[in-house]
Amino acid sequence: MQIDNAADDLGRFTGRLTFAGAFVLLCFGALFLRFLWLQVVQHDYYQTRAEDNRIALVPILPNRGLIADRNGMVLARNFSAYTLEIMPNKLHGGLDAAIDSLAGVVDIQPRDRRRFKKLLEETRTIESLPIRTHLADEEVARFVAQRYRFPGFEVRARLFRDYPRGSFGSHLLGYISRLSDKDVEKIEQREQEANYRGTHHFGKSGLEQRYEFDLHGVTGFEQVEVDAGGRAVRVLARTPPTAGNNLRLTIDAGLQEVAENAFGERRGALVAIEPATGGILALVSMPNFDPNLFVDGIAGQDWDELNNSPDKPMVNRALNGAYPPGSTFKPFMALAALTAGKRTPEQTIADPGFFRFGNHTFRDDKKGGHGLVDMYKSIVVSCDTYYYQLANDLGIDGIAGFMGQLGLGQRTGIDIAGESEGVLPSQEWKKKRFKKPEQQKWYAGETISIGIGQGYNAYTPVQLAQATATLANDGVMFRPHLVQYVEDARTGEKRYIEPRPIRTLPLRQADIDVIKHAMIGVNKEGTGARAFAGAEYVSAGKTGTAQVFSYKGVEHKTEHMQAHLRDHALFIAFAPADKPTIALAVLVENGGFGARAAAPIARQVLDYHLLGKRARTPAPVDATAEEEAE
Amino acid sequence: MTDLNPRWHPRIMWRWLMAPIDVPLLSLAALLMLAGLVMVGSAAPERLNSQLLNMMVALVVMRLVAQLPPQRLMHLAPPIYVIGIVLLIAVALFGDISKGARRWLDLQVTRVQPSEMMKIAVPLMLAWFFQKRETLPRLRDHAVAALFLLVPTALIARQPDLGTAILVFAAGFYVIFLAGLPWKVMAGLAITGAAAAPLAWNLLHDYQRARILTLLDPEKDPLGKGFHIIQSTIAIGAGGLLGKGWGQGTQAQLEFIPERHTDFIFAVLSEEFGLLGNLVLLVLYALLIGRGLMIAANAPTLFARLLAGAITMIFFTYAFVNMGMVSGILPVVGVPLPFISYGGTALVTLFLGIGILMSIHRNRMLVQK
Repeated sequence: MQIDNAADDLGRFTGRLTFAGAFVLLCFGALFLRFLWLQVVQHDYYQTRAEDNRIALVPILPNRGLIADRNGMVLARNFSAYTLEIMPNKLHGGLDAAIDSLAGVVDIQPRDRRRFKKLLEETRTIESLPIRTHLADEEVARFVAQRYRFPGFEVRARLFRDYPRGSFGSHLLGYISRLSDKDVEKIEQREQEANYRGTHHFGKSGLEQRYEFDLHGVTGFEQVEVDAGGRAVRVLARTPPTAGNNLRLTIDAGLQEVAENAFGERRGALVAIEPATGGILALVSMPNFDPNLFVDGIAGQDWDELNNSPDKPMVNRALNGAYPPGSTFKPFMALAALTAGKRTPEQTIADPGFFRFGNHTFRDDKKGGHGLVDMYKSIVVSCDTYYYQLANDLGIDGIAGFMGQLGLGQRTGIDIAGESEGVLPSQEWKKKRFKKPEQQKWYAGETISIGIGQGYNAYTPVQLAQATATLANDGVMFRPHLVQYVEDARTGEKRYIEPRPIRTLPLRQADIDVIKHAMIGVNKEGTGARAFAGAEYVSAGKTGTAQVFSYKGVEHKTEHMQAHLRDHALFIAFAPADKPTIALAVLVENGGFGARAAAPIARQVLDYHLLGKRARTPAPVDATAEEEAE
Repeated sequence: MTDLNPRWHPRIMWRWLMAPIDVPLLSLAALLMLAGLVMVGSAAPERLNSQLLNMMVALVVMRLVAQLPPQRLMHLAPPIYVIGIVLLIAVALFGDISKGARRWLDLQVTRVQPSEMMKIAVPLMLAWFFQKRETLPRLRDHAVAALFLLVPTALIARQPDLGTAILVFAAGFYVIFLAGLPWKVMAGLAITGAAAAPLAWNLLHDYQRARILTLLDPEKDPLGKGFHIIQSTIAIGAGGLLGKGWGQGTQAQLEFIPERHTDFIFAVLSEEFGLLGNLVLLVLYALLIGRGLMIAANAPTLFARLLAGAITMIFFTYAFVNMGMVSGILPVVGVPLPFISYGGTALVTLFLGIGILMSIHRNRMLVQK
């Protein structure tokens, strides 16, 4: 019985053991199937994932394209400097404590700290952010020697944008600054995300903005084998970056400098154009600013100063400011009259010193009037009465039709952003501009002051310069542009921005000559004669003074009130008169009479352009210019 | 010096040394250890010497245990078990905390991990218990056995150390199963267990739940808890049929595989030696287990049979749970790959088991009922 039991026992045990053995084989079989699945069926997938793990693409930033003036003088370039950067996610302990620990190794100012925190808030990146730029060599050496003490910090060599001439041409060059979310949208629209990997800067204004995608270049890549900690183990392959394209401008740096200096402390704008091409020789907006401040992210204090200054240095007055043209409008009015057949050059009026329209009297600056006035005299002495009448005869839509062809009241299409349209008043414009029906109607009386460049009309300096250049170029109008050609940095291939005639105005040469002749008279014997006394070339010009009704965008603070209510001084000119190589428009905000403040600036610019004379001081204000001259 | 005392003659010594050794068992274990050295050499070459030392110690332990007759082991069973339980309670009360779990007991002289010894102590105790019953075990005996099993399991699970708890439970369960726990009871327990699963879910620690959730969908948390499984699965898959070659696995060499010289060493082996390497490993384990089961089948006493069977099945459990978790079909629990993972404790425990198997095999003819 016991033996049976034992045998039973043993039998059952052997059975259980066999079962266990079978279970083992079953489980191992399942494992084998799993391995088969992973290693054979899914092998390619996992192989790819292992490669993805292993290989990181590290962007190599291209050198940003250089910007040079028409003579090859470099206006924007790059230089390499050491930066101290923080990888916030690898810091040990708090940010402040970590920064404090740098004391005695790298000098960190409270300002650097604030800027870094601002940067950290604005940037949604896990990459490193700079806390100090432009490290001195000793600082780099000290840091590198003790780097083990500073986990999360690293020193890198980075390329920085540099505007070697400071505030020179700041409104045309613009500046680059750290990428914003808006910039990222633009990059995405252009499907340039891959090319902008690793790029932290973007053109924000001026040429830097407009030609961003030309200047940027093609980002290179390094295929790097990395370990799980993301540390590079070795470089597997390298695609070098291609530097951005260089811009060669139509700007003449010398001329630009002379023009900027001529303004001195005054606010205003100057646009000088080569009439035969539309190429801009100088584009000045004063006061200007130092674009270098923006490159590493502008410090709050600097930003506040620039933004809150009553002088509005950030506004590009040459494109964005719209001003009544004042008497600089008169040559164009005269040309309109000749073209429309409303006047002949010889036709004279007897100027009593006023023009009566209905029961309103429009006065001339000169009491008692200019006597008998023909077209030549009307321009040379800047007779208002002549133009009050003429405006009435042409009618507002006649004026608007002609001036519209000259490009006034429209964006010129210049190759930088921020242009405003200005105002070319017409019946239709008024209907659109105002909401109440009684305001929408155009009154004939409103046309009268348009004739002398006052009233609703307001044009940007670049529009005035374009109109002047068109006149100088006998009616062939070009789109103003700043870039002469874009040069491929690698092949040297040049892509010219072709001078593009917008249109040829249907003008009679004889009419044009009449106007030109009168404008030569202005500088010879008229309102511009003082400013151009002794000039070794024949120039044509026209002075203008625009009343300030209200200057939008500037809050009138009491101490500035007086100055900001003074008239704007204007001057348009071209030279040499027979074969113009330069046409310009000058505006001095609150400068008073055009003959006083604006014409001497034009003189300095023309002197440099035609004679190479470089004025060393700001243009004089001609205090003796006759007031009634306007 | 030919008149050397014959006892010290090298050949005599060798015979004495090898007397209790089962050559097939030792050969298989040695092959596995060799594979282990090759893998540690790839994953953490700086630890090779230390692992060699671990192996020496383990082999000495094996040889010493192999010397002990099974009867001695049987006498030792209750005291070892009791000491183990006492130590586990001491750990729960005074243990050191390391990595969030209370597993170690500081005895001034040395720190011990009592849960480790329970992997052997529990099957030893249960085998002793069933041997004492002698007759066909009744249900009541199984219940008592279950109690012997559940007390230490619960204590270890509370530390918390799910991996060891599973191994200890498995070791004890194999004894009860081999002793003849009726199928009906097992089915009943399985059903009850399934029904109680939600309850057990609530008793699990957060990290344990997370591991199970991670197993179900590792990609959900690729940088957090899923990282281990994702990276080890990638390594296995990338290994392909023949592997990338020793020291050539990028997942391993670039440190994408975590704990690559310990619990996840199998991923390194898979990446560098491919499906072929895995197959060889599975075959080696299968042969080792087969040999163990054979020893169990031939064992003279119920105690010896149950102990040998249970120990053999522990080897299986180690191997299966480890490879299963690394290849992503079982949750991540801290179980090393037997004979291959770096680490002394597991190796000593394993060779303690090998030594017991050898002792049982050597004494298969000595005690016949």
